[in-house]
Amino acid sequence: MNRLMEKGFRPIDSLNDPDNGHRWSLSQKLLLGLSPRDYFRQVLRNPFNWVLFLIFAIGLPLIVYRYANGLGSVMHGSCDYPWGLFLGFGLFCMVPLSASGFLLGTAVELFGQKKFKPILNLALLNGLLGYFFAVVNLLVDLGCPWRLYYPMFVSWGTAAVLFLVGWHVATYLSVQIMEVSEAFFEWIGWPTAKKFIHAGTIGLTVAGIILSTLHQGALGTLLTYAPAKVHPLWYSQEFLWIFYLCSSVFAGLCMVIAVSTIVEKTMAWRCSRDFLDHLGSITIGLAKGATMALVTYFVIKLIGIAHDNEWSYLTTGWGSWFMLEIFLGVVLPIILFSVAIRKNSVGLVRFTAFLTIVGLIMNRLNTALISFNWNLYPEIPHPYELMITITIFTMFIAVYRFILYRLPILYSWKAAPEKVLVASPVKNRAPVFIEDSAEGAWARPSGRP
Amino acid sequence: MNGISRRGFFKVVAGGSALALAPKKSAFGMAEFDGYPESMGVLVDLTRCIGCRTCEAACNREHGLPEPDLPFNDLSVFDQTFHGGTQKRRTDDGAFTVVNRYDTKTAGGPVYRKIQCNHCKEPACLTSCFVSAYKKTKEGAVIYNPDVCVGCRMCMVACPFGIPAYSYDSALHPEVIKCNFCYDNRLKHGKPPACVEACPQEALTFGHRNTLVKTAHERIRANPEKYVDHVYGETEVGGTSWMYLSGVPFDQLGFNTSLQHHPILDNTKSFLGIVPMVLGIWPAMFMGFHLLATGGKKEEENKKSQHRGEVHEE
Repeated sequence: MNRLMEKGFRPIDSLNDPDNGHRWSLSQKLLLGLSPRDYFRQVLRNPFNWVLFLIFAIGLPLIVYRYANGLGSVMHGSCDYPWGLFLGFGLFCMVPLSASGFLLGTAVELFGQKKFKPILNLALLNGLLGYFFAVVNLLVDLGCPWRLYYPMFVSWGTAAVLFLVGWHVATYLSVQIMEVSEAFFEWIGWPTAKKFIHAGTIGLTVAGIILSTLHQGALGTLLTYAPAKVHPLWYSQEFLWIFYLCSSVFAGLCMVIAVSTIVEKTMAWRCSRDFLDHLGSITIGLAKGATMALVTYFVIKLIGIAHDNEWSYLTTGWGSWFMLEIFLGVVLPIILFSVAIRKNSVGLVRFTAFLTIVGLIMNRLNTALISFNWNLYPEIPHPYELMITITIFTMFIAVYRFILYRLPILYSWKAAPEKVLVASPVKNRAPVFIEDSAEGAWARPSGRP
Repeated sequence: MNGISRRGFFKVVAGGSALALAPKKSAFGMAEFDGYPESMGVLVDLTRCIGCRTCEAACNREHGLPEPDLPFNDLSVFDQTFHGGTQKRRTDDGAFTVVNRYDTKTAGGPVYRKIQCNHCKEPACLTSCFVSAYKKTKEGAVIYNPDVCVGCRMCMVACPFGIPAYSYDSALHPEVIKCNFCYDNRLKHGKPPACVEACPQEALTFGHRNTLVKTAHERIRANPEKYVDHVYGETEVGGTSWMYLSGVPFDQLGFNTSLQHHPILDNTKSFLGIVPMVLGIWPAMFMGFHLLATGGKKEEENKKSQHRGEVHEE
């Protein structure tokens, strides 16, 4: 892409071809304004795509194999460990890492923090895709995935916490689809639909907070069904839900920092000037929020240990593992974030965000898999199970990138572009122009038709 | 507050209260459930069991389960261990019940322990199932309906006794597999389950649960030196229909002695109680925050009204 950009290529970012005023066709939009030949050339040139191909080449047949031969063919099929990586990682880790949508929605739409507006769409998309791929993981993990809708329409187990999780994840997914659809309608060129969705922003945002509060917490509560199986250090009948809710706050914020870092390093061509210019201060702002959540989390974790009087467990092997998790995922991030914010170091914030994500993943895997059955025996996931989990995560990355390349997430859509046309040095059908971005891409021209 | 956000607000409230009804009603409706009075049960007296595996064979025959690798009269299965010697045999997709041998220090000889579904009074499998695939019948059996099961295996996570198994190898019809108290063919008609009928030692006693609790304590009182003074299952996780008497401490026989003495469902009640509160309070609270923070107007709307003003002046 960078090579094309050097040659003067600019990806599509408006409804009409500024050259002749005609609307871009869908296929032109899909190819970013490149000719098919140029498009596929750049796909093949990117070594990262080859890594994706390789993972899909191994992983996709394994998924087919799982549907043909049953779950037992790709998992240990253990009755002691009913849940594996598909849920342990795919649901328990992906959901908190996708809390970004409701957090930034609250900050921008409800609290009017316009500072974070440039990253709002990215946070919403991150939320939507995270939940969507959590459901993809579910579809692999469920014994009868074709009955996924049963808890909604066929048989209600209303007393179950999982019923709450199921309903809330489903409704929240719909809410997030609506939130992100604004960008989609803009891109596809349906302004009426966009306006319609936009009118409900506040309602959608409040719905997002309610649903997120409840299902993030409900995920933790799921494990209170297994009081004798989860190690006491990770178990808390009273507080597990608030541990999960509180940690989802910094997890979601750190995920936005991490994704925006990757975006800046690998697809700056797609970002608007405005996004790139403000990303540094936004990153620091997100880090401040994450630090507050981390400190709160640390305090309530201490309260949790004190409440159940679990101090003696800290001296055991499990205790060391627990303290390592707390140190790497909570204490160290608090220190590093504080230093970074003080020194205004975006680089250190980003490093710390990745570290916090690792800590969060450790925590969820520890509660749902590693410390689960701590008095039975440990189980290492089946290699196929690991491979499929990696494949689904790779799908997540691929879809994520596909959307970021196209929809106005990192840049703003120009409804009526005023561009100065220059020459077209590359042999593609898209005209090349220099954009006049003095007004700043995010200050949307609202007065125009 | 403008019309749009007010509408959004009411939408949320309406949707919220509809959702709130669901968990609230049944979670609290069951709070005082004391079990069905006519519930049946089985008392397993481990001091009488000789490890003949007749019950395993009877169960296998009764339910048409697949023939095991080793015949039921082969007692070498007691030497089998799994997962690095840490685990003994357990119920799986081919066996609703298994008997294990424990070589304890305190007893004269080995002690045998039969495991199967304990048919809890308030079963965790039932209360954790989000499609209501489980049912506690008035006769005491906890039965499972594979036709609505989605296969999430939450019940297996929730079961404090680690009993439900899953047919992982079936691609099209996987289901949870566990003892059903011989409900359809026997219990429903007042007959004891196949294993109880087959037991040559009368180690298994079938009867009303309430009576069995008395019987159990009677046996302990009559022979205090023979039994540990505890009826396992009388209060564990709120009480089970199958209960155990033992001559050696239960923890030496692989029983989980750290189980809570109230139903597992109780653990989730504090959270489920928060649900309607969040649904009721959050909309108004966050709308209030919104109004405080922004005055109820979005940036674009401010611009719009300015724009309109200009037009008016013209």
